[in-house]
Amino acid sequence: MTSHTFKPDMPPPSKVFGPVAWMRQNLFSSWINTLLTLFAIYLIWLVVPPLLSWAIFDANWVGTTRADCTKAGACWVFIEQRFGQFMYGYYPQELRWRVDLTVWLAIIGVAPLFIKVMPRKAIYGLSFLFIYPIIAYFLLHGGVFGLVNVPTSQWGGLMLTLVIATVGIAGALPLGVILALGRRSEMPAIRVMCVTFIEFWRGVPLITVLFMSSVMLPLFLPEGMNFDKLLRALIGVILFQSAYVAEVVRGGMQAIPKGQYEAAAAMGLGYWRRMGLVILPQALKMVIPGLVNTVIALFKDTSLVIIIGLFDLLNSVKQAAADPKWLGMATEGYVFAALVFWIFCFGMSRYSMHLERKLDTGHKR
Amino acid sequence: MQNQISAPKQRLSLSDPKVRAWLFQIITVVAVVAMGWYLFDNTQTNLQHRGITSGFGFLENSAGFGIAQHLIPFTESDTYARVFLIGLLNTLLVTFIGVILATLLGFIVGVARLSNNWIINKLATVYVEVFRNIPPLLQILFWYFAVFLTLPGPRAAHGFLGSFFVSSRGLNMPAAIATDAAWPFVISVVLAIVAIVFMTRWANKRFEATGVPFHKFWAGLALFIVIPALCALIFGAPVHWELPELKGFNFVGGWVLIPELLALTLALTVYTAAFIAEIVRSGIKSVSHGQTEAARSLGLRPGPTLRKVIIPQALRVIIPPLTSQYLNLAKNSSLAAGIGYPEMVSLFAGTVLNQTGQAIEVIAITMSVYLAISISISLLMNWYNKRIALIER
Repeated sequence: MTSHTFKPDMPPPSKVFGPVAWMRQNLFSSWINTLLTLFAIYLIWLVVPPLLSWAIFDANWVGTTRADCTKAGACWVFIEQRFGQFMYGYYPQELRWRVDLTVWLAIIGVAPLFIKVMPRKAIYGLSFLFIYPIIAYFLLHGGVFGLVNVPTSQWGGLMLTLVIATVGIAGALPLGVILALGRRSEMPAIRVMCVTFIEFWRGVPLITVLFMSSVMLPLFLPEGMNFDKLLRALIGVILFQSAYVAEVVRGGMQAIPKGQYEAAAAMGLGYWRRMGLVILPQALKMVIPGLVNTVIALFKDTSLVIIIGLFDLLNSVKQAAADPKWLGMATEGYVFAALVFWIFCFGMSRYSMHLERKLDTGHKR
Repeated sequence: MQNQISAPKQRLSLSDPKVRAWLFQIITVVAVVAMGWYLFDNTQTNLQHRGITSGFGFLENSAGFGIAQHLIPFTESDTYARVFLIGLLNTLLVTFIGVILATLLGFIVGVARLSNNWIINKLATVYVEVFRNIPPLLQILFWYFAVFLTLPGPRAAHGFLGSFFVSSRGLNMPAAIATDAAWPFVISVVLAIVAIVFMTRWANKRFEATGVPFHKFWAGLALFIVIPALCALIFGAPVHWELPELKGFNFVGGWVLIPELLALTLALTVYTAAFIAEIVRSGIKSVSHGQTEAARSLGLRPGPTLRKVIIPQALRVIIPPLTSQYLNLAKNSSLAAGIGYPEMVSLFAGTVLNQTGQAIEVIAITMSVYLAISISISLLMNWYNKRIALIER
């Protein structure tokens, strides 16, 4: 009796599966692709190894002065030594815990909003939105409850960048929503005013707005009344950004089907309740990703306050790099600043993408 | 019996939405006007107290400072009005170069992001994600302070082909000096373009009438090369090249692009191209695959499919956001104030404002220039957009 024995399985065809096949498909599918692949590898070889050796392998990590940077690569000692200045500007050393506390309060305060099952999220969120700025202002600025006053001229570094970005967006959001409502209004005078306002701010660069707020605003105010530099910059940023927010919100309002407007009117709701209860909740939800993109743009734009002499992260780096004790450290400084900005902006853009997927409730067809 | 509906007696009442709307508008307008008047009044008093006379008379005064780069002749005794003109031209120059380079780079990267070559695809993604998340001002400062200013001086300049030199003083390159044959050459180029226009018209007409295709591109290219070349053969070379030469501590002769200009255009190009790449990618992706399949099943080969089916439809999606990127680039050119490239903001709103103290006039002029640029670009693009818009049923 003969028993049937199976032949051993053949290996998977290497032209269809496995790394070789993958490479054939994705890297060398045609002679053009092969050329492109080789070109790309050449580019990477040209850029990456020198970059790595400069930034990591040949870099100087320990030391206190410029003389400690003996190796050919980057001198990160500079960043270590000036880290405090980059983060807090000229905020007094012994009071920097107040800045840290403000940041921790924000993190702790916002964290519950990301918990899915948290009850009364809206009420909590709104009250946080109203209470936190007051606490933050007193903590940072001081002058009450025995806290030493720190004038805004001493604020700086990443802290100032964050202050401008958050205050800017917090001020621009309500103003932008009102402007968007005005632009969609049926009253011609209101509409014309809002359109003019929005198009004006969208047509000029932020730099000229900052110039204006720093040299023209003092002229507009009655004699004796004077704002400090930071507040003037903030007013400029808020006005400028509100126009962009308005356009994003208007986009959302236009995407709401007409039936929603009509249904709300048919329910007998007045204008404000129609907008506040029916249109805006849907429109705002739809444009959250767009709003996050506006925040990213604003965050990048905060670096412009360098022009009017505020010491944000970028300006701190620029100042430190001009220090005679650390000459020739510009590259390290700018790379560090770029990395910080990049982490924030990239993080936010990923978050916006995530939101876009999560909030996609099928309005798009 | 006639049914007559008697109109309700007209009465002004707050419960009438129309009356409310009017009232609300009147209140708002009055409030805005009052606010404007208040600010105007304050400004007047402030200006009087500071002894500043308003008005645009200062534009006639002599400037008394030099400018690093001017496209039109300028001396220190020229007026502020001429300074303004130079600033404007420099802004337009940066915008012009930036738009061209950013579009080229952006389209290449955008197409690369759609490539089925894994490594090219990933490289393009890394490029986009890195450069669009770093503030443009930071990029400008980086290129200027960390790259161009740290280059070796003119004596140790990097040379290319013996005629291009990169140093801390900028890029020195050969200058094209027009000779006597320049005018005939320009005329021959115009002639070539006219010939191409006529050739295209004829080819299109014949194609529509008979269906026989004509190699418009190659014929056009041939016309564009042959006619000017013939002209150059007859009249001699239209330009002669003046090479930069190292004399003493700096280069003499040739054209020089100052490092500020290089840093600014490079940073703006790299930054804007990242955004354009995303626009191009989403535009091409927005054309559904069915269009490609339909075109192929009609017998079109891949080339014509791309040119006649995909690209026209993708452009419709690409153009509007592309315009706003161009606008952004024009506005971002004002970031030159950070490195002192003499354009509108740093030259006019910076130096001139500091010298004259005419804050309101200077800022108003600067802002209206940008508004004018923005409005004209968007009008142009709206017109173009209307022309290519899909005609729906």
